[in-house]
Amino acid sequence: MLEISEIIQEKVAEHGRERKALLPILQSIVNLKNYIADKDMVQIAEALDISAADVYGTASFYSFLETEEKGKYVIRVCKSITCEMKGKHCVLKALEDTLKVKLGETTHDGLFSLEQANCLGLCDVGPAMLINEQPYTKLTPDSVHEIITEYRNKVK
Amino acid sequence: MANNQLKRVDIIFSPYSVAPYEILRLTMHKEKSDVINELIESGLRGRGGAGFPTGLKWKYLAAEQDSEKYIICNADEGEPGTFKDRKLLVEVPRKVFSGMAIAAYVTGAKIGFLYLRREYRNLIPQLNKELDIFNESAKKFGLDFKISIFSGSGAYVCGEETALIESMEGKRGEPRNKPPFPIQNGYLGKPTLVNNVETFASTSMICRIGADKYKALGTDDQHGSKLFSISGDSPKEGVHELELGMKISDFVEEFGDGDTKAVQIGGVAGFCIPRKQFETSIIGEGNTTGGATMIFNSTRSMYNVLHNYLDFFAEESCGQCTPCRVGTQQLLKGIEAVKSGKKPASYLDDLIKLSKTMQITSKCGLGQSVTNSFASIIENFREEMIY
Amino acid sequence: MTTIKLKIDGHTIEVEKGTTILEAAKKINVKIPTLCHHEDLCVAGNCRVCVVEVKNRHRLEASCAVPAEEGMDILTNSAKVRNARKDIVSLLVSEHNTQCTTCYRNTNCELQDLAAEYNVDGNRFLSVLKPNLSIDKSSWSIEKDDSKCIRCQRCVRTCAELQHVNALTAANKGHEMKIATFMDLPFNEVVCTNCGQCVNRCPTGALTERRYFDQVWEAIGDPNKHVVMNTAPSVRVALGEMLGYEVGTRVTGKMVTAMRKMGVDSVLDTDFTADLTIIEEGNELLTRLKKVVKDGDKSIKLPMITSCSPGWVKFIEHMFPNHLGHLSTCKSPQQMFGALAKTYYAEKKGIDPKDIVSVAIMPCAAKKYEANRPEMNSSGYRDIDAGLTTREFGLMIKQAGLDFKNLEDTAFDSIMGESTGAGVIFGATGGVMEAALRTAYAVVTGRKVPFENLNITPVRGTDGIRAASIKIEGCLPEWNFLEGVELNVAVAHGLKNARVIMDEIAAGKSKYHFIEIMACPGGCIGGGGQPIPTNAEIRAKRTKAIYEEDMGKPIRMSHENPEITQIYEEFLGEPLGHKSHDLLHTHYQKRHRH
Ligand SMILES: Cc1cc2nc3c(=O)[nH]c(=O)nc-3n(C[C@H](O)[C@H](O)[C@H](O)COP(=O)(O)O)c2cc1C
Ligand code: SF4
Repeated sequence: MLEISEIIQEKVAEHGRERKALLPILQSIVNLKNYIADKDMVQIAEALDISAADVYGTASFYSFLETEEKGKYVIRVCKSITCEMKGKHCVLKALEDTLKVKLGETTHDGLFSLEQANCLGLCDVGPAMLINEQPYTKLTPDSVHEIITEYRNKVK
Repeated sequence: MANNQLKRVDIIFSPYSVAPYEILRLTMHKEKSDVINELIESGLRGRGGAGFPTGLKWKYLAAEQDSEKYIICNADEGEPGTFKDRKLLVEVPRKVFSGMAIAAYVTGAKIGFLYLRREYRNLIPQLNKELDIFNESAKKFGLDFKISIFSGSGAYVCGEETALIESMEGKRGEPRNKPPFPIQNGYLGKPTLVNNVETFASTSMICRIGADKYKALGTDDQHGSKLFSISGDSPKEGVHELELGMKISDFVEEFGDGDTKAVQIGGVAGFCIPRKQFETSIIGEGNTTGGATMIFNSTRSMYNVLHNYLDFFAEESCGQCTPCRVGTQQLLKGIEAVKSGKKPASYLDDLIKLSKTMQITSKCGLGQSVTNSFASIIENFREEMIY
Repeated sequence: MTTIKLKIDGHTIEVEKGTTILEAAKKINVKIPTLCHHEDLCVAGNCRVCVVEVKNRHRLEASCAVPAEEGMDILTNSAKVRNARKDIVSLLVSEHNTQCTTCYRNTNCELQDLAAEYNVDGNRFLSVLKPNLSIDKSSWSIEKDDSKCIRCQRCVRTCAELQHVNALTAANKGHEMKIATFMDLPFNEVVCTNCGQCVNRCPTGALTERRYFDQVWEAIGDPNKHVVMNTAPSVRVALGEMLGYEVGTRVTGKMVTAMRKMGVDSVLDTDFTADLTIIEEGNELLTRLKKVVKDGDKSIKLPMITSCSPGWVKFIEHMFPNHLGHLSTCKSPQQMFGALAKTYYAEKKGIDPKDIVSVAIMPCAAKKYEANRPEMNSSGYRDIDAGLTTREFGLMIKQAGLDFKNLEDTAFDSIMGESTGAGVIFGATGGVMEAALRTAYAVVTGRKVPFENLNITPVRGTDGIRAASIKIEGCLPEWNFLEGVELNVAVAHGLKNARVIMDEIAAGKSKYHFIEIMACPGGCIGGGGQPIPTNAEIRAKRTKAIYEEDMGKPIRMSHENPEITQIYEEFLGEPLGHKSHDLLHTHYQKRHRH
């Protein structure tokens, strides 16, 4: 697994030891483990010579830059109006049932976190969700079960 | 009042020319000023929502003296109901990059970014492949211009061009005070052109078919064709390229499910048009041009629709300015209070007044445009808000 | 210079290009209300209270952020403007904890003023105040109450622009947006230097100093306690602002009387220990110079930097933990005072030190923290029991019901009440340097510093960093090694400038021997505990008052203070001696950077 310090080094080499390297660094860490830990932020702050509060303030602005620990797969169900019209509620319910967690929680095995997101840009094929960066569309309670099972099997 | 028939057009998604980036190569044989004039002549307006004449924007950037300039393609597409930019980037990215390159050619910019919303991250491998072809072609044509992808991190307001720039600089995506505009003072303080994905694709098509042919489409006010992201209660959801200036009744006829009660035009930042206005409203006149159209049939509760919008605004406001940060919360809580009987129906009028204050005092387009959908829904579906 | 003509409320006015509408209006005495705007800070344009109408534009413009343009026709008070402003203020109120009666900033709050001015209707909007907000009282110095925050971000800008600490940030977005520390940790766990500059610029009661005056009243009322108060130099030139005086009025004599009338047992002066600091610090400097110049001792750090500003001390501990050797080991005057109050003073007065309650009245928020640093107990007790701000002290005078303006002028008690002009000027940026030079030059050469009236003007002023050099000539024999040495000194105020100085030192490029650093812009007169508001004009007036106080003093060099001579003879022995080491000097610690 790539170390946080390696990520930082790589991005600093690419963007310079400047503030503009911040989001690429944060994104890379999220790509790696779905959230940014306190100590990562301290390390980034040091590397870019900015304050840790600024790193936190910036990260907390963006919905994908989680600063709390998340599961291996973050599920983001689109909550915009068209997905809602197409049955988002049933999809969400199905997810809660199969994962046995409530919205905003992470499964005990640390595999899945269940979240909602604003418009995913998949309005014509809703209800939609992302699992990490992979989109899933035209969801039904049944398809949701299948998708989750697939992920579970993948891990096994 | 213009009144075109609903007409499908097929310009933007037409097949590529045979050789990669042929439009770019050919355009680079033209005088820079001729290219800009052709764009101005075409009447093309920005497709990101604000509708600023694109040719003029390019002209301003070309006139800036700085040796360092940036071209940014705004692919943050966060407006609920909008997904046309995604389709463009999947199906005809070459046209988008051509547009950016032509802009670079006429303005002297050397660096370009595609600001791609985080939600579209799965497109990156494919886009990078195309960018390899692009960067190679540009080199071959002697154009000193490179495009790379900057991935967003999840914030609707970062579609606002100055917020987008702030976020590229590693900061919170809070819109800046304007003036100065990005054209003078943009990314890293340098002159910067920000255009929408569709805008860039359109510019390359104008260079291909010529301003006259493009201008012949549309209305006096809104020229050309436009992509519409159609969703909701429609059997024909998806992206459709249509000539501007059609009546909503024709639009509903074509795309509705036969039971349409309202159409939201221009995404949640746009207007909600009720059935009684279908005959008299023209798409592209007075309403915004982002192209998101959501269709609601009579089974839908407009209270739920509005509640969903307001929830979105209250979350996605950057939070820096008072009218937008607090105003969006007030509107949301306000309609809840009316619905539950805690506030009288007349409170809706107070809320409309507040939304008008937000329109004239908010710092950026987000807070300024909340009133569009808010007032149009409350005014036309008042009963649904109360009972 | 290009100028622009525009109309404001019907008056035509010509202004320089780039002038904002707000500045242009000010020129013709048109007052536009503001909240997020602060003269010391860059433009934010986020509260939107300052909106004005520009004719032929549908939208209003934020006058603080929009530059005036040729031909603009502006209305600052049209119905449209008034309605919009009223809505905006109402929105802020709807997000606010409106328990004004229990607020420390009651009657000195910009939101309250505006709400009153626009007569906002509390029922216009629903309350959207977040429930269950708790007040962060973790820090010794600063209290943060999010329920009072209007998110103007003045504090964030202060901490970033003036102090380069960036302990505060805007966090989250939308309705969740708030002002936070790193990970929203309690104040005492983050880099906050306690300087209190954010408190000075907070328009409401969201950021305040922690208050300790109730404990002080308690002690005053306790017959078994002997309460000793000492007041910092810059308090006497700012306190009047809280009690109906013009900015820049000196109220030293009345202040002393007030303390006595409040029941304080002994009214003493921090200026005395300021003089003492000069003796100790001056000797420390000369010793370091000797070791470096004469002995070639590489372990000795130059430049030496002053250590009397506790905000600055905490700053260097966090930001430059590997360079603590540059700090003078001298305690601040407050802490020297505390250590001596419970030893020398107690001995002389025959009071059991455990019964002494020593209270420091300070222009400062960080002094509260400093008083509570674990190591500050060299007397065997807590050296300082309570540190109050000028603001708390002003409030106590009001609570005591004193008719301050009609109090007679009286003098400080003795001992530890005598001071010189050199001690007084500690209150302004450059003052410690000037005081030190007055004494050091005299010690080394036996002559007065070669400046008219002892006023070393090159180190005075408002530039963020000021440098000077003094050639030392005609040394007394024992200081011969300094003959001809060009002594390079610098003065910096505001932590932003401190960072510049430290970056130079860290890079090994500093040419200075001695540097004075104060955490707050303007020095103590602009301290985080001083009356609110603050701006450059107010700070200039307080500074002027400080130098007037100096000129009015019969003795103006620290080493000539008779009580100083006395304390060395009777108690301390010699500068940097054993007792000094125990009581007057301290050490520092490395801290993390978040
Ligand atoms: C809240 C907000 C969100 C926006 N989102 C987008 C967006 O997702 N894509 C876009 O192209 N323009 C967006 N805009 C408009 C941009 O600020 C800008 O006007 C546009 O990118 C300019 O390009 P154009 O002239 O080609 O339309 C948004 C504006 C606001 C106020
Ligand atoms: S209008 Fe909303 S999104 Fe725009 S600057 Fe203000 S708070 Fe931010």
